[in-house]
Amino acid sequence: MLKSKTFVKKTRSGGVVKIVREHYLRDDIWCGSENCTECKQESAVLQRDACIESNLCSYPHYLIPDTNVLLQQIDVLEDPVIRNVIILQTVLQEVRHRSAPVYKRVKDMIHEKEKHFYTFTNEHHRETFIEREPGESANDCNDRAIRVAAKWYSQHLMKSQSDGDGLRVVLLTNDQGNKQKAEESSLLVYKCEEYIKSLIANPELVDRLALSNDDKNEISSSKVLFPEHLPLSKIQAGIKSGCFLQGTFRASRDNYLEATVFVQGEGEDSTEVLIQGLQNLNRAVNQDVVAVQLLPQSQWVAPSSVVLQDEGTAKDDSAEEEEEEEEKLKISAEVARKPTGKVVGIIKRNWRPFCGMLNVSQIKESTRHLFTPADRRIPRIRIETRQASALVGQRIMVAIDGWPKYSRYPNGHFVRSLGSAGDKDTEQEVLLLEHDVPHQPFSQAVLSFLPKMPWSITPEDMAKREDLRRLTVCSVDPPGCTDIDDALHCRQLDNGNLEVGVHIADVSHFIRPGNALDKEAANRGTTVYLCGKRIDMVPELLSSNLCSLRSDYILKLYFRGSWLLFHGFNFLLLPFFPSPPYVLVQASLTYAEAQMRIDDATKNDDITESLRGLNKLAKILKRQRIKKGALTLSSLEVRFHVDSETHDPIDLQTKELMETNSMVEEFMLLANISVAQKIYDEFPDCAMLRKHPAPPPSNYEILHKASKSKNVAIHTDSAKALADSLDMAKVDCFPYFNTLLRILATRCMMQAVYFCSGMDSDFHHYGLASPIYTHFTSPIRRYADIIVHRLLAVAIGADTTYPDLMDKHKQSALSNNLNYRHKMSQYAQRASVAFHTQLFFKSKGILNEEGFVLFVRKNAIIVLIPKFGLEGTGPTLKVEQHTFSIFDKVKVTISLDDSNIQHQKIRMALTHPVILGVSVPTPDVEPQAKKSKLDR
Amino acid sequence: MAGLELLSDQGYRIDGRKATELRKVQARMGVFAQADGSAYLEQGNTKALAVVYGPHEMRGSRSRTRHDRAVINCQYSMATFSTAERKRRPHGDRKSTEMSLHLKQTFEAAIMTQLYPRSQIDIYVKILQSDGGNYSVCVNAATLAVIDAGIPMRDYVCACTVGFVDESPLADLCYAEESGGVSSLALALLPRSGQIALLQMDARLHQDNLDSMIEAAMTACKGVSKVLDEVVRQHLQEVSVLSRE
Repeated sequence: MLKSKTFVKKTRSGGVVKIVREHYLRDDIWCGSENCTECKQESAVLQRDACIESNLCSYPHYLIPDTNVLLQQIDVLEDPVIRNVIILQTVLQEVRHRSAPVYKRVKDMIHEKEKHFYTFTNEHHRETFIEREPGESANDCNDRAIRVAAKWYSQHLMKSQSDGDGLRVVLLTNDQGNKQKAEESSLLVYKCEEYIKSLIANPELVDRLALSNDDKNEISSSKVLFPEHLPLSKIQAGIKSGCFLQGTFRASRDNYLEATVFVQGEGEDSTEVLIQGLQNLNRAVNQDVVAVQLLPQSQWVAPSSVVLQDEGTAKDDSAEEEEEEEEKLKISAEVARKPTGKVVGIIKRNWRPFCGMLNVSQIKESTRHLFTPADRRIPRIRIETRQASALVGQRIMVAIDGWPKYSRYPNGHFVRSLGSAGDKDTEQEVLLLEHDVPHQPFSQAVLSFLPKMPWSITPEDMAKREDLRRLTVCSVDPPGCTDIDDALHCRQLDNGNLEVGVHIADVSHFIRPGNALDKEAANRGTTVYLCGKRIDMVPELLSSNLCSLRSDYILKLYFRGSWLLFHGFNFLLLPFFPSPPYVLVQASLTYAEAQMRIDDATKNDDITESLRGLNKLAKILKRQRIKKGALTLSSLEVRFHVDSETHDPIDLQTKELMETNSMVEEFMLLANISVAQKIYDEFPDCAMLRKHPAPPPSNYEILHKASKSKNVAIHTDSAKALADSLDMAKVDCFPYFNTLLRILATRCMMQAVYFCSGMDSDFHHYGLASPIYTHFTSPIRRYADIIVHRLLAVAIGADTTYPDLMDKHKQSALSNNLNYRHKMSQYAQRASVAFHTQLFFKSKGILNEEGFVLFVRKNAIIVLIPKFGLEGTGPTLKVEQHTFSIFDKVKVTISLDDSNIQHQKIRMALTHPVILGVSVPTPDVEPQAKKSKLDR
Repeated sequence: MAGLELLSDQGYRIDGRKATELRKVQARMGVFAQADGSAYLEQGNTKALAVVYGPHEMRGSRSRTRHDRAVINCQYSMATFSTAERKRRPHGDRKSTEMSLHLKQTFEAAIMTQLYPRSQIDIYVKILQSDGGNYSVCVNAATLAVIDAGIPMRDYVCACTVGFVDESPLADLCYAEESGGVSSLALALLPRSGQIALLQMDARLHQDNLDSMIEAAMTACKGVSKVLDEVVRQHLQEVSVLSRE
């Protein structure tokens, strides 16, 4: 082992500090090739016959990509065809500094055995270590290190080969200078494009190449469309001096010429800056971190309430047309101006691969096409592909490579195809990808931690747990539910008191902290329910077999929360958590079945009695809760009746609520609150809780506006005031008004979030009017519950802790991930419902329905159809003769507009009230010919 | 920008060592003729000088005199030029007082003080260059100095720091690792008997990991003791050759 030192100078907050670090060089770093006889490695990663069909290199070879190749062409390198790649430590470090997502993908590739990627620690190898020369830039030094390592490899392989079958290394670089220098030292070196194009057997790889800078020049005319972005140094100086603001760019979903930049201020005070017009948007893409400059106050505008979609023709950068549209925008309303600005630079791009469809160019031979992402907030992307004809009608994934200032659209490249559009599986895949829901099948590593089947309770567990088989425990769930994790019992004690038990499956018994199964579940965060499909958080064996409390006469492990309820006028709750017992679930009922048992006076068995007791108590509980100011809000949930064979939706109805629903819910809430209090008492620093912040008063504006239109007063000072005034708000001959108000109120609310008690001081749950709350009752489908289970297990002495559980920072990071997954799963769920609604209307043809106006926009009204829980944009045209107000009753005709196959949408046309030029005559049974779009 | 990767997937640390490998230790004994004992020790880029006076009569306040054993007096200091930024370090600041106390406790456990009642042994240690693990380097240097002074000890006292990263302990942390938010632990060991002279940790660490940390620290200390043993034997050989002539 040899030792040497490197001297590095580093600047830190202005000062220059000399940092000295030791640097040990080793001679026990192996080359990783199967072919090598010199190195004493235990397991070689790189294969002996590293063959790939290429007309540039006809011999077996290993690839060494440089940093830029790795960063830009990661999509190509991820293809299973590319194997036997040497990733140098220098390259890996540089990638780590420059892009975290790419770094993660590279690491995943390295871990994948099939890919045969090998990391060579070149900077600590005695023969490949180089010292930075005076005057040499860091980049040049890295390039040289890569060349030296490549050189070493080629010589090493030459020397150590036993049979001389000519294994060689090929350096891939896109840098002209680097390539030249490498050629001088007689290395095999190719540009990445050159090399990929030479792979004759796999022509489809060429499409996945990212466009490099010199290719972009040819793509579009030299006309400059956008102002230059400022360099980062200027942006930073500007932000410091206060003339620029830094924020997250959020494109508007409805209007492609408008966006807001969300500027995070100190603490609560954060502002939104409005950006209007292509020039001002200046190539920013949704979710980018950008620097904005505020315009002078005279140029401030109000956000337009116009719905505009980028329908520009595919062939040209049609700037003139857009100017008109921009003009149109400017005229709009002089009132309600907002701070307006323009994007001056991009601080961080947040590009990911986007799902969408190809708009094939009108010119047949053209290889350049526009790609329309499924997400409206993302601009269209120009890509180059030779297989356009094959990709028509397919959902594809495309990554953005760059957006030069002379191009109307960003340039990108094709990543992969997902399947044909409109196909249910493809669409499901798209919405999972778009919402970042991890949905791959569980890996072997994860499955290996499942208990071996047939599983049965061990005698040790029996000994540790209390035997409660004598209790009549039953579960009540929606029909068709297979992941049942909660059950209830209720019994009369000898002294007249009632004992209620909530039994929750003990999932934490099977998922031990820190193993692959646990990590996977923590990452997934929640089970995602789509229409007709469930993306499980834990493997099915656990979710619907071992942990599911079905009445299949197998003993289950569970947690118990029990309360002693005293009869009489004093209604008192005494929560206690005995050691986790095991139990036999005696009946699995659906809500309807349970309701029938309760109502059926002739039945008097144990289960029914127990249900009646529960029901009675639940009513008391609910009354108490509402008295305290808990909100009952409303949102329409739709349920599809699905054809059992084709899985197409046949009918659709809004979910019905029964007494038993609320019975189960009441006890679950009670369990959650009691557990929250218990774990907070025990672990004030690291309890995982859930809070629901009170919404700021400004959120209630729409509610106030709406209620005023019907002369009803709504008080929003506190949750209780809101709940009371919502109960009072009734208008004669308009029974649906109250529900509508509740729907609106739901939209005023904030998101409830998980948090770690050590990191926050505000615990209040606004909606439930509870000072503390958590999630405990569904450990099969929510990871937060598993954490809460573990905390509770420690609190009652049934399990031991582990480091991460007690670390509030790690807990806080975990809850952030859970919040994100939770949000995304809700969006995915909604998107899935929307898609199935479309399928439904496709089969139904045209329907006439009654609806209510929910919002009024400048050129559109948004209508809610209660029957289907459907919300849609009504006719888009300026209406002058008629004033719509919120909650007006209208009649519309609904049909599916599939003229744009990617954004199939439900189209509504107004039939009543009759307005000239806007409303359409009520169509009869037969579908009519499509009318031209109304907004053009 | 991501922080430093303390332990790569290939198992190498920032400076190229593996998790259990120590830094290179180099030492010399008897560097000053006027003191009773002295030693200079380098552990990687951390360099320390230790000087021992005594045992001698009690100086200063006689009230501290112990009738059954010698009193050990330690003083730790850092050179102004020992870190990247030059900084004046006044005597008796909190950090060095604490360090002095730790050294004192360590050597009270190792030196056979009962042989020298009513006397005093002075140990002065100065860090010339600091690059992590100051305490352990001081202990190692002072051991050599005490041996050089010919004061009987139960055993070598060897010290080493251990950090905890990604579920595995890293031996002998350098400054970059120490400042990278690692929970670290310093341990001084009497290697032959396996007795712990001092164990110090300020960081948060889960109890489950403590055993593996101590285990790793003990192995590292035993590694240090081998090196020190070699240095002492080498020194002895040189001295005996000289005195024979």
